[in-house]
Amino acid sequence: MNTTMRALMGATALCAVGTVALADGHAKTVTIATVNNGDMVRMQGLTEDFTAKNPDINLEWVTLEENVLRQRVTTDIATKGGQYDVMTIGTYEVPIWGKQGWLTSLNDLPDSYDVDDLLPAIRGGLTVDGELYAAPFYGESSMVMYRTDLMEAAGMEMPEAPTWEFIAEAARAMTDKDNEIYGVCLRGKAGWGENMAFLTAMSNSFGARWFDEDWNPQFDSPEWAATVNFYVDLMNDAGPPGASGNGFNENLALFQTGKCGMWIDATVAASFVTNPNDSTVADKVGFALAPDNGLGKRGNWLWAWSLAIPAGTDSPEAAKKFVEWATSKEYLELVASKEGWANVPPGTRTSLYENPEYASVPFAKMTLDSINAADPTNPTVDPVPYVGIQFVAIPEFQGIATATGQQFSAALAGTTSVEDALANAQALTLDEMKDAGYIQ
Amino acid sequence: MARAITTRRKIIVTAAAWTVGLLIFFPILWTILTSFKTEAEAIADPPSLFFFDWTFENYGVVQERSNYFLHFWNSVVISVGSTLLGLAIAIPAAWSMAFVPAKQTKNILMWMLSTKMLPPVGVLIPIYLIFRDTGLLDTRSGLVIVLTLINLPIIVWMLYTYFKEIPGEILEAARMDGANLRSEILYVLTPMAVPGIASTLLLNIILAWNEAFWTLNLTAAKAAPLTAFIASYSSPEGLFYAKLSAASTMAIAPILIMGWFSQKQLVRGLTFGAVK
Repeated sequence: MNTTMRALMGATALCAVGTVALADGHAKTVTIATVNNGDMVRMQGLTEDFTAKNPDINLEWVTLEENVLRQRVTTDIATKGGQYDVMTIGTYEVPIWGKQGWLTSLNDLPDSYDVDDLLPAIRGGLTVDGELYAAPFYGESSMVMYRTDLMEAAGMEMPEAPTWEFIAEAARAMTDKDNEIYGVCLRGKAGWGENMAFLTAMSNSFGARWFDEDWNPQFDSPEWAATVNFYVDLMNDAGPPGASGNGFNENLALFQTGKCGMWIDATVAASFVTNPNDSTVADKVGFALAPDNGLGKRGNWLWAWSLAIPAGTDSPEAAKKFVEWATSKEYLELVASKEGWANVPPGTRTSLYENPEYASVPFAKMTLDSINAADPTNPTVDPVPYVGIQFVAIPEFQGIATATGQQFSAALAGTTSVEDALANAQALTLDEMKDAGYIQ
Repeated sequence: MARAITTRRKIIVTAAAWTVGLLIFFPILWTILTSFKTEAEAIADPPSLFFFDWTFENYGVVQERSNYFLHFWNSVVISVGSTLLGLAIAIPAAWSMAFVPAKQTKNILMWMLSTKMLPPVGVLIPIYLIFRDTGLLDTRSGLVIVLTLINLPIIVWMLYTYFKEIPGEILEAARMDGANLRSEILYVLTPMAVPGIASTLLLNIILAWNEAFWTLNLTAAKAAPLTAFIASYSSPEGLFYAKLSAASTMAIAPILIMGWFSQKQLVRGLTFGAVK
């Protein structure tokens, strides 16, 4: 009994020490949770500009890998932990968290911020019921990146807006497996943000959709069968070996080392593959819109890493000042003056694309055209009850799409047939949607 | 003749040991080598093992971007603190289980171990809420408490096994000579079990140093240890393998060096009582 009491007292004392320790450090400090990518790291390096203008605000950074960050900030916001004042979140989280009331509305940003300058497609994805819940830091879509030299050697010419049929023909023509050159590199690694982001966007251009208007899963539709069969056949004929393990980074490495003829992926990759320090093919890369099938939708997605302020923050005003600074026109100019226009975070503001200096960046126009070709509120040929192009903005999507992604990754690896993978995907999605109460 | 066989055996055994050792060490060696490459060389295919332009650039970038010493100090405080606190609780617990076992001792030991069978994420939300309400989020004291609790079953089990090897008669003799409970544990049992306690201590420091679930989920800017430092260089959208390798090398270096210098104690402790 005595020992128990002593142990309890000890624990209480430790807790008290912890409380005092935490209470001390919270005056006017803004803690920012962010992902480790080039644009975000650059922002960290430029914060002196912000602290010089706002000497009373102290910034603290927590940089984490994307999936760790997602788990970390989700736990914190769901429990109202209050660890972060600014969170970097994507277009998937914003509609869900906004609806839950977890985010602070940014509708009261001053006129000088010029909210109407934000690209409409990006702004639409960050707005819930008329309230802007996050400010876009950089936006991206997906597009075709291709080797101009290999395309020429194959005797073909890439149109600005190719069809899937053309991509398949060109990929097969460019493939030279003896010399380790593969016509097309596409994501195959299982994951809702990996192969399913690509396949969901691709399926939109084949006329497929995740759910009908009553939330019934559609993996048993002929459109999904056409999508997955086309994908698996193309990758078997013209893709690199072991493609079922390739995500963004693996394909980036393949493309940069000259092993891919074409790569359909995030527009942000354009600045990597054209950088001569990292890429062996920097001067031989061309860009085109993501392919379509003539059905009115292209296979490109839309994503924006955005800065949001959790509803329970201690210093909403200071946090808002930071968000305003980091996503302002002035910030874009600051980056341009220090690091050049090619390093400005793309895809957020119309004015950036009207700037003649920015227009000279080789991938600027194609990035803007790709973003404008994406409509997250109307993503599919047939009507759907959800928002999102490469995802479905419901909380259950991460789990379901990772499980279906494993099925399609297995189909690509050849350990299961496309028919079985689709049937399994249909069955597991149906189960999850029933459990979640969307359908009876 | 007999001598020749012995020599041959020796050579074979030595070669086998080196091969196994190199195989196990290879991922770490590869990480260290990659940390001296440029990003382009880090993804080169075929990769070069030693013949590349060695550069310290990645270490410079990592130093510039992160506060390594803050994370390092947090790791030291959390791993050493939790291990010492754990030992302070576990030594008396293991003593009582080894020398004055009750009917339920075996069950209690099993029950303690069963807490390790639950995936940590299963209790993330409750622990997070407790930490939020007690103000322990992002504090080193919070992590010391949670890592102590997590590693306590292992510490108790290890010490229990070592204590079982010590004849109870020695403790009885000490008692006959008038030693009370405190001096019995402190002056008789502990010195005899030093190798066991030392290896438990070292192993638990390593376990706490490498713990990457709670240390990532319960910290933000202030108490984040080296695991968070590594996580800040990993990226699914962009190839930063060389910088990630530099960060990893800096994070594992202290514990690797500690392990190197204390390998005698570690091996002795881990094999203590294994051969009878």
